[in-house]
Amino acid sequence: MSLVGARVLRKEDPNLITGNGQYVDDLQPAGCTSMVFVRSTEAHAKIRSIDTAEALALPGVLAVWTSANIAQLANCPGGLPGLDQPLLAKDVVRFVGEGVAVVVATDRYIAADAAELIIVDYEPLPAVASLSAAMAPGAVVLHEVLGGNTVHFQDFENPLDEAFAAAPRTASMHIVNNRCAPSPIEPNVCLADWGRSGLTLWAAFQAPHHLRNTIAQYFGIPQDSTRVVAPDVGGGFGAKINFVPEFFLTALLSKEIGKPVKYTQTRSECLVAMLHGRAQEHDATVAFDNDGRILALKLTVTQDQGAYPNGTGMGLPVLTTAMAAGCYRIPAVAISWRNVVTNTTPVAAYRGAGRPEASFTIERLIDLIADETGVDPVEVRRRNFIPVDAFPYATHSPLAMYDSGNFAGALDELLKHVNYDELKKEQEKRRQDPAAKLLGIGFSSWLEIAGFGPPGSLEAFGHLASWESAQVRIQPDGSAIIFTGASPHGQGTVTTYAQIAADELGIDFDRISVKHGDTAVVPQGIGTMGSRAVAVGGEGVKTASGRVYENAKRIAAHLLEASAEDIIIEDEKFFVKGTPARSVPWSEVAWKSFQPLELPGGMEPGALDSTVFQQVPNFSFPSGAYCCVVEIDRETGGVNIVNMYLVDDCGTVINPLLVEGQVHGGVAQGIAQALYEHMLYDPSGVPRTSTFMDYLVPAASDLPGYITGRINTPNPSNTLGAKGVGESGSVGAPPAVVNAVVDALSHLGVKHIDMPVTPIKVWNILEGAK
Amino acid sequence: MTIRTAITVNGKDTSREVEARTLLVHYLREELGLTGTHIGCDTSNCGACTVLLDGEAAKSCTIFAAQIHDCHVTTIEGAAQADGSFSPMQEGFRQEHGLQCGYCTPGMIMASTALLTENPNPTEEEIRHALEGNLCRCTGYEMIVNAVRWAAENPNFTSGGVK
Ligand code: FES
Ligand code: FES
Repeated sequence: MSLVGARVLRKEDPNLITGNGQYVDDLQPAGCTSMVFVRSTEAHAKIRSIDTAEALALPGVLAVWTSANIAQLANCPGGLPGLDQPLLAKDVVRFVGEGVAVVVATDRYIAADAAELIIVDYEPLPAVASLSAAMAPGAVVLHEVLGGNTVHFQDFENPLDEAFAAAPRTASMHIVNNRCAPSPIEPNVCLADWGRSGLTLWAAFQAPHHLRNTIAQYFGIPQDSTRVVAPDVGGGFGAKINFVPEFFLTALLSKEIGKPVKYTQTRSECLVAMLHGRAQEHDATVAFDNDGRILALKLTVTQDQGAYPNGTGMGLPVLTTAMAAGCYRIPAVAISWRNVVTNTTPVAAYRGAGRPEASFTIERLIDLIADETGVDPVEVRRRNFIPVDAFPYATHSPLAMYDSGNFAGALDELLKHVNYDELKKEQEKRRQDPAAKLLGIGFSSWLEIAGFGPPGSLEAFGHLASWESAQVRIQPDGSAIIFTGASPHGQGTVTTYAQIAADELGIDFDRISVKHGDTAVVPQGIGTMGSRAVAVGGEGVKTASGRVYENAKRIAAHLLEASAEDIIIEDEKFFVKGTPARSVPWSEVAWKSFQPLELPGGMEPGALDSTVFQQVPNFSFPSGAYCCVVEIDRETGGVNIVNMYLVDDCGTVINPLLVEGQVHGGVAQGIAQALYEHMLYDPSGVPRTSTFMDYLVPAASDLPGYITGRINTPNPSNTLGAKGVGESGSVGAPPAVVNAVVDALSHLGVKHIDMPVTPIKVWNILEGAK
Repeated sequence: MTIRTAITVNGKDTSREVEARTLLVHYLREELGLTGTHIGCDTSNCGACTVLLDGEAAKSCTIFAAQIHDCHVTTIEGAAQADGSFSPMQEGFRQEHGLQCGYCTPGMIMASTALLTENPNPTEEEIRHALEGNLCRCTGYEMIVNAVRWAAENPNFTSGGVK
């Protein structure tokens, strides 16, 4: 029986449901000390002086460092040269939350006490806390070398003036894609131990080799004696791929004081120090005919980079503009983008990283076209879809060569679940009844770019390469250990890889282990991000398993005195097709694979051990159709999601249970962005949402149940056919939710509401209409 | 200032000289090495630290160890059945894929266990309401709700001592 496609329970769970998981903060090596930050309370200021005397005098304090202690060190890796963040602020702070000093003490209470005793004297500077403030004439400049606050501007190659002038109709929108704090429930944590035999850093991270290579380079130490371990990691969502000063500071301080140094971020720190996501503004104009057919699209993305731009942050508008046209055939597309610095937390990847922003805008535009032309939003989508026979489909962007999909098919499947005509009637009825809640129906036919990626793609974000490693090692008893360079943090990769390998090897699922997250154990890897763990890493497991299986068959054939082509396997027994009575078990093949005298001619011991660095020729393109039905309370402006229908096309499904979990989780974060979450700053750059009291990560009572469906157009870039599903929900959900709210209010002339759609925004609209 | 506190944790007497300000969650994690109870916030919003205090759900980041002298605490490490079988709630989370990264899970399991003690057959809405103080960033909650329902429907679950 094939395990690929089966609802298999997770191998990860027994430890995690009994409290036997091992997260970084759970490690407490002998002599472990605790590091605490003093973080800037100013958005933009000169540092006049830092008084550390009292802190240093506190019993139990082992070290207090400011930038003066590390003056000779380079800035934190990952930034742009000249604009990068120092490990600790030198002379100037540029956002609230920037590290100014660190304390190491024998325990976390003493370290926190000492941090309180440090006095930082700031000379406040004017701050720019929004894109408009940063770009205003005469605005204060964050980085002298730039001479302004724009880091990079990419103009239109051709602004399509003629196409727009000739079009029967045009419409424009300004869209703010709200800044979000990724907020994994485990914040950033790291533990460094730098002794005579080298440096070991345990870190809550998504790409341990990436960190290992960088940290070794940074300190000029060999990679062989630098080890990074990402044990159990409590969620990442893209925020745990970034290099942040804490990794380098704990390492340095461990070397300095000769003891392990642990840093455990508090939630309030996490909200301002862990890199944010989204934070884009879009200016979009679309040209179309009276039937709702799109003729041209023009999009300018302005990306808030926060105070210190980094490679990932700079890549976000590239991905957004690449996916600007979504799943629609648009004859002419013009894109442009601008990266701007502000006195806010730096911005990088957050679940979807640039693609949720793209799908939000194109899906809002589709509804705007429907509104302008009077053609139903579902019909506008249908009239503009790229048809199934158009793949491979070249877009305006060389990055996005769509290879598969069935956008109309997904919408058809969705409409089987949604009683659209009835809902529209109900909507009309309720509009006439002032006591009834308003009803809105919103669609999103979304498409994203995932499965990162073809050679060169991740290199552009500073990674070593874009393949993923997999090693399959048969043990003498015929069980198998798989080592992967992917670094899961909730995805269930241990289970999915064991399923893939079980099918390829013919070894029982229970006799397959998967190891990850330790650079001293697994081959050089890349990591888990960009929905690549199955599409690239899983394909690697399949390739390596297949190679091992071919050699196992040769050994079995040798033992059975048969030809390898005739050998098949069932229940872990190899036999010649048609004669199951004479068989040789996997355990014997495995045992003998280590004994030179038992091997067929030309084969050497170690033949059942294969390492693959799996490449893929293209990105993958997961897609789907979502529908959200909302009710709006006319008295409070509160939005309640009545139903959320989700049809995904992630290609081949390895484990439906885990796919469902990924879809739910992504959709939950998408709904959260649409209705609840917003990292807000006041004009002076002080964050207003720096605890879980004000930054509204939704609870169970804030979210709906989900009705899911699926279609499958296999990914042509790997033999599994899998596209990846980790980011789909966060790409597809926000436009469906906002389209539903705008639909509910469309009779009042509402064309758009920026996220998050809070009760007060809706209430103001309802009041204004009275 | 230090105080002697005696707390029964997972049925075992523990007694330590602690600083008056030591939080229960740090007592459990650092004094006793019971690291299954997690910390996810500093404003008592996330529930990752939820334990049972004399049978009721409590956020161990909001309680001083010295405050609960003579009380009984159950942590995730003490959630399994006497014969070693997972509790119905633990098994429910496994069966229904109620966890991904697992960081919120011990708190979720303890809060849900307390819910079933009070209300052995809760509706979906009652479950969502009862878990309001426990945040999960991974699952989107539906499968957590299903996990609690599974436990409600299988109160006599046992794996016959198989862990
Ligand atoms: S750690 Fe106790 S509620 Fe968050
Ligand atoms: S499973 Fe990750 S936070 Fe709940």
